[in-house]
Amino acid sequence: MTDTTAYFEFLCRMGDNTLVLGHRVSEWCGHAPILEEDIALANTALDMIGQTQMWLGLAGEVEGEGRSADDIAMLRDAWDFRNCLLCEQPNGDFGQTMMRQFLFDAWHLAMLTELQNSSEQRVAEIAAKAIKEVQYHVERSGDTVIALGDGTAQSHERMQKALNLLWPYVGELFTPDAVDTAMAEAGIAPDLTKLRVGFDTHIGQVLSEATLAIPDSNFAHQGGKSGFQHSEHLGHILTQMQWLQRAYPGASW
Amino acid sequence: MYAQMVKSESTDESAEAIAFQARIDAGEKIEPKDWMPAGYRKTLIRQMGQHAHSEIVGQLPEGNWITRAPTLERKAILLAKVQDEAGHGLYLYCGAETLGVTRDELTEMLLDGRMKYSSIFNYPTLTWADMGAVGWLVDGAAIMNQVPLQRTSYGPYARAMVRICKEESFHQRQGYDIMMKMANGTPAQKKMAQDALNRLWFPSLMMFGPSDAESTHSEQSMKWKIKMNTNDELRQKFVDQTVPQAEYLGLTVPDKTLKWNDEKGGYDFAEPNWDEFFEVLKGNGPCNTERLAARNKAWDDGKWVRDGMMAHAEKRKIRKVAAE
Amino acid sequence: MSSPNSAYPETPATQTKAKRQEWPLWEVFIRGQHGMSHRHVGSLHAPDEEMAIKNARDVYTRRNEGVSIWVVEARHIAASSPSEKGPLYEPSESKVYRHPTFFDIPDEVGAM
Repeated sequence: MTDTTAYFEFLCRMGDNTLVLGHRVSEWCGHAPILEEDIALANTALDMIGQTQMWLGLAGEVEGEGRSADDIAMLRDAWDFRNCLLCEQPNGDFGQTMMRQFLFDAWHLAMLTELQNSSEQRVAEIAAKAIKEVQYHVERSGDTVIALGDGTAQSHERMQKALNLLWPYVGELFTPDAVDTAMAEAGIAPDLTKLRVGFDTHIGQVLSEATLAIPDSNFAHQGGKSGFQHSEHLGHILTQMQWLQRAYPGASW
Repeated sequence: MYAQMVKSESTDESAEAIAFQARIDAGEKIEPKDWMPAGYRKTLIRQMGQHAHSEIVGQLPEGNWITRAPTLERKAILLAKVQDEAGHGLYLYCGAETLGVTRDELTEMLLDGRMKYSSIFNYPTLTWADMGAVGWLVDGAAIMNQVPLQRTSYGPYARAMVRICKEESFHQRQGYDIMMKMANGTPAQKKMAQDALNRLWFPSLMMFGPSDAESTHSEQSMKWKIKMNTNDELRQKFVDQTVPQAEYLGLTVPDKTLKWNDEKGGYDFAEPNWDEFFEVLKGNGPCNTERLAARNKAWDDGKWVRDGMMAHAEKRKIRKVAAE
Repeated sequence: MSSPNSAYPETPATQTKAKRQEWPLWEVFIRGQHGMSHRHVGSLHAPDEEMAIKNARDVYTRRNEGVSIWVVEARHIAASSPSEKGPLYEPSESKVYRHPTFFDIPDEVGAM
């Protein structure tokens, strides 16, 4: 694997995570449990769309084939997407959405913290900008997980169910492959395994305050960030997201 | 408008009511703790509530396209716009709450059909060009009404409108910006733009409500300065402003009778089909069922969340007291 | 919900049914980056003060950095006959498309 290929892959992973999760969160617009949450979810989605533009914009530059962030987002097929499986999981109920958000935010925060020290200046700059947004995301999603976990019997039960459902998608975030190893060796991105301890402490505190039990299993679904095998959900996301660009090729919007 | 056919209560001839009217005539703002006629309070709750409901239901036709927006930037812009509408609804509900009604009560009245929202949001958004046309025409029509409402007599309403108008201008512009792209784009895009104008022109004219000649409610509301212009005035102003904008786009307004009238200094134009308007208000518009079902679902599905978060807040309060 | 001096009127007799679990109403005061003092910007609903501050950040600042937010439950505000100034609002600097000037509208089109 040449350096540029791995670097491009890595940037697509960062950008596709926020692209796909931002898409999911934007599905809530107009349907949230209360107005204040509707507005807050839209802010989170807006931040993630903005981060996508930065990561995929840089990916296009690194690739050097003249593709823009929009080209990369709208004109690749599912097997070229590099987001982790967690991000493409359906919204489910509000609790499931917030649990997915919290698990991702906690990883994202740990990742961006390290990326601020990246040997690639552009990566460090994007991370420094994104981390300000993500610090708030994780505070908000964490507080919501706590409130609903420690709320009523019904909300507690729903949150535990959400955690059980999503837990097998956490491991992929920390399982290094050849791309991750190349990035770590080049000093562009951190060694993923080293992020795990801080992540476990962080989510351990929040989930314990939420009175939720972390499932006793290390099983982890794989295949999202490598693009080898996404879930069936991704194809449906893309049929919406890419439809106009595909149906009217070359049009300017 | 966002508040259509708002039934106005009558006032009385008590000394307080006369003094109240004098304050309004002098341009004073009425504030929540001030004395006000019961009819003024009731009419305002109805009008602000309907206005707020329109913002909230108004999220749906545009929200329909967020996941299908053609570029990342368009998606961000549309999402920000629909989010603003939620914000506008929130400001207006809060304004109404100063009159002694709670937001949940107003919401329940929307959900069970006791309160209305603007007829326009019962029309579907079928193509991306509708995102342009809604911003250009629907927000354009709304602004016609909302700008003068910044001077309305009720302080919290006026303040909400100031904030809303400040945000609303970007809405109309982003809509027109989409229309320009479409009208100058491929033949398919231009067709979409014309189709959107064809479908949304008359529903936009309906937003102002039927002619005031037929409206029994206008007079008292105008005296109270909670309605600032007649429906016909605003409709005329909207047509006069919008027709040249359509011409600039190279699109045809779907009204064969449309003609400049030198004498009145404005366009002559065809009335919308008012029978259709009343059917939409009655619940027979193309999307009434879906819109109300979507709002009911969000509210019902969200109950456990609202209750859960409240329960946690109460537990925390008890723990805090116990710790002290 | 209203104390005798509350800024809000007593809720009328329409609420005879069982007490609802509505999130309380909070008043929001914000001091901007260059502001000298906090000013009232509006209200919102939240289950407690921490969520009220977060909601205020999302609703009233669209999350501009460097602002200071105060919240107080509306029922705790005692009010004289009010005469406060209209609220002002600055959208977040990073969301440029929220500003109307972001969109170039040709002069021929007229005011928008």
